[in-house]
Amino acid sequence: MTRTVGRVVAVAIPVVFLGWFFVYPLVAILATGLTDAGRIDLSPLRDVLGSARLRGVAWFTIWQACASTILTLLVGLPAAYVLARYEFPGRRLVRAAVIVPFVLPTVVVGTAFLALLGPGGPLGVDLRRTVWAILLAHVFYNVAVVVRTVGTLWERLDPTLEDAAAMLGAGRWRAFREVTLPLLRPAIASAASIVFLFTFTSFGVILILGGFRFSTLETEIYTQATALFDLPVAAAISLLQLAGVGTLLLVYSRRQARRTVELALQARADTARRPATWRARTLVTATVTMLALLVGSPIAVLVLRSVTAGGSWTISFYRGLGASTAGALAVPPGQAIVNSLRFATAATVLALGIGMLAAVIITYRRGRLATAFDAVLMLPLGTSAVTIGFGFLVALGRPVDLRTSPWLVPVAHALVAIPFVVRAATPVMAAIPARLREAAAVLGAGPGRAWREVDLPIATRAALVGAGFAFAVSLGEFGATSFIARPSTPTLPVAIFRLLGQPGAATFGRAMALATILMALTATAIVLADRFRFGDLGDF
Amino acid sequence: MRTRPTAVVLAGAAVAAALAACGGDGATDDMTELTLLTHDSFAIPDEVLEAFTRETGVTVTLTAGGDAGSVLTQAILTKDNPIADVMFGVDNTFLSRALDEDIFVAYRSPALDTVPADLQLDPQHRVTPIDFGDVCLNYDVEAFGADLAAPATLEDLTDPAYRGLLVVESPATSSPGLAFLLATIARFPEGSDYPWQAYWEDLAANDVLVTSGWEEAYNAEFSGGAGEGSRPLVVSYASSPPAEVIFAEPRPETAPTAVITDGCFRQVEFAGILEGSDGGSAAEALVDFMLTETFQSEVALNMFVFPANADVALPPEFVEFTIVPTTPLTIDPREIGNRRDAWIGEWIEIMQ
Repeated sequence: MTRTVGRVVAVAIPVVFLGWFFVYPLVAILATGLTDAGRIDLSPLRDVLGSARLRGVAWFTIWQACASTILTLLVGLPAAYVLARYEFPGRRLVRAAVIVPFVLPTVVVGTAFLALLGPGGPLGVDLRRTVWAILLAHVFYNVAVVVRTVGTLWERLDPTLEDAAAMLGAGRWRAFREVTLPLLRPAIASAASIVFLFTFTSFGVILILGGFRFSTLETEIYTQATALFDLPVAAAISLLQLAGVGTLLLVYSRRQARRTVELALQARADTARRPATWRARTLVTATVTMLALLVGSPIAVLVLRSVTAGGSWTISFYRGLGASTAGALAVPPGQAIVNSLRFATAATVLALGIGMLAAVIITYRRGRLATAFDAVLMLPLGTSAVTIGFGFLVALGRPVDLRTSPWLVPVAHALVAIPFVVRAATPVMAAIPARLREAAAVLGAGPGRAWREVDLPIATRAALVGAGFAFAVSLGEFGATSFIARPSTPTLPVAIFRLLGQPGAATFGRAMALATILMALTATAIVLADRFRFGDLGDF
Repeated sequence: MRTRPTAVVLAGAAVAAALAACGGDGATDDMTELTLLTHDSFAIPDEVLEAFTRETGVTVTLTAGGDAGSVLTQAILTKDNPIADVMFGVDNTFLSRALDEDIFVAYRSPALDTVPADLQLDPQHRVTPIDFGDVCLNYDVEAFGADLAAPATLEDLTDPAYRGLLVVESPATSSPGLAFLLATIARFPEGSDYPWQAYWEDLAANDVLVTSGWEEAYNAEFSGGAGEGSRPLVVSYASSPPAEVIFAEPRPETAPTAVITDGCFRQVEFAGILEGSDGGSAAEALVDFMLTETFQSEVALNMFVFPANADVALPPEFVEFTIVPTTPLTIDPREIGNRRDAWIGEWIEIMQ
């Protein structure tokens, strides 16, 4: 009896959450946009499909997302391998640092990239407002998704499998292609799907680094809804964006359901080694250098600007953060940090609780419903932030008016963060051999206890990776929060926006100082999370 | 799926803990409360709103809803069940849209007598002017001198001598960008010998740079200010030079940037009582308050706009370091409402 109740509740929590805060607002806003005098009017859809310009926008949206995903995998996979398989000084720091871009507002990243990609930058060519600037920024933002999602599974794969293949005469490359790659495929697909969705709905990067000539479906929805006030067209574009993402996700989760392979997972301590050969050392050095250039240099530009003024060193920008000269603009940094941490904690807990329940459902409940559920969970990541934000306003007024509740902020963050938790946890959970659970059952453990003692410890480590992303997603204010009416509780990104919105060399320097604080906060939180151990299972 | 209730209880407890971590105090008392919906650029010291509470017993909760366009869309979407009592931040470029949607209640504030007539753009007083700002070309003082004087007129910008020196914002995504486009339309009217379309073709031929937003134009491309970029001419505000003095360490004797008074477009920001609000006389009192000396004397240094109340003195920096254009360009809000989308569309065609 209690078991059944438990099961129903476990399914109900994620379903109700998604239904209330995603599906319902989405349907409500699309209906508002596509209803004319009480009747559904689909003519905007026809107009959008008939517009050659918007078809061009759709095509650009798709191809830049594909190109960004491929580039991110090309950079991220070697990095994931090196960070998973080798033990070297600074490894933990690198693993934590790659996630720092996640929390940086695009307008901050934009200034760093515009400096690096200008004619006076280290590349010596002017890539500003080219598609290359967009792609590089997307790699900068997303490489952590590949490194951390794939890396978590990779460091747990038994290296003796590859060694055995090598012993049987397969070259290193062949052993990788035929043994390791198929085993990693679920994690790679997980990471790739997230990167694709993230870049598919990219907004700030496109506007700031692409200039006004590039537009994606996302920027188009924003312009139509807030500058041209054409809600029907905005709703029609949203619907098409949703249909595209939905189809892709369904295909993806059906393929994933068929591909799961159970593995003998190892503790990381048993798989990592020091780079002993010159080849290994070269690989490690090359990979770390590449990450330093791609991820490190924009970060370095921002930090440098927070401590220099007119060519000399200064800490005045940090001191000035508390100054009252800027009137109400100067949010006390302490207060902004506290607000940011509160929202991030709430969003992480929400995302972790709901995401883990959802991961359990997807892993053990195979079948059509679970597949569809998997796709719906991912959908918020591929849905326009403008659409969700305005959807909240239309849908959440009754029965309880939540439209201006401070709660909407962590809820909006959690919607984007849940996919990270699910995507980080499911490949690892699916790889847990059923016979471990069966053995527990034979020894007399009920299914709940078996899950708690077998799956939970192994899944926790993966969930922590997801939690790290959830925390970063919230600290960086991703998702619909720019488009919801929120109480004026200034968070760090909001305080940065305010400073960057004012002329003045000192306000710019203070914005960079706050961005540096935000990055330091993130890196610290992630290093701490990475050190977390569960019971006596070591590094699981 | 097989889980034990404990796992579920844990998850439930986690969700509850999250709710507790962020919950507001939710205390309700007898005091009247008003919600003021604004854009993200709204800034006024807490003490100012506290003064209003002391005077009237009414507390004001601020709700920010993104940029000005986003806030207006929110107000329109919720007009049957408004999320606030008073809205601040709709400007003359978006005004007709707000009025067409009937989101405001008419209210003529007695304090309106202090406001110049040219700022009162709605004869029915559904909106009340609170502040204004002029979108003007700014230049980097150091970049111009004996060799090349700073341009004086909009026409100068098409002179090859100023080739590659100007950065502007796109009117599709930026408020000052839209204001500058409107300035050129007011100055080079459609159907004239030299219409705005021809002017922009000449600007494009003279290598004008277009960014999506003010932040990239001013912080990353403009050579004045934070000094990061390479272009000495930018579309910004008449209030930017004083900000460059106030927000600089150490404080300079003269402003590093200056304003070109030709081709400025005046933006007027309004407040209005939202239709369906039950704020009643408290909402009216808030609108009155926003025109008082207490509030108006703070707008300059907090939002870098000029007070609508003509009796309120400007801060010394605003007098010393900038020029308020005496005859800024304007276009009737109804005309803007009717033509804005077509103008932006045409501009994109020309510049693409």
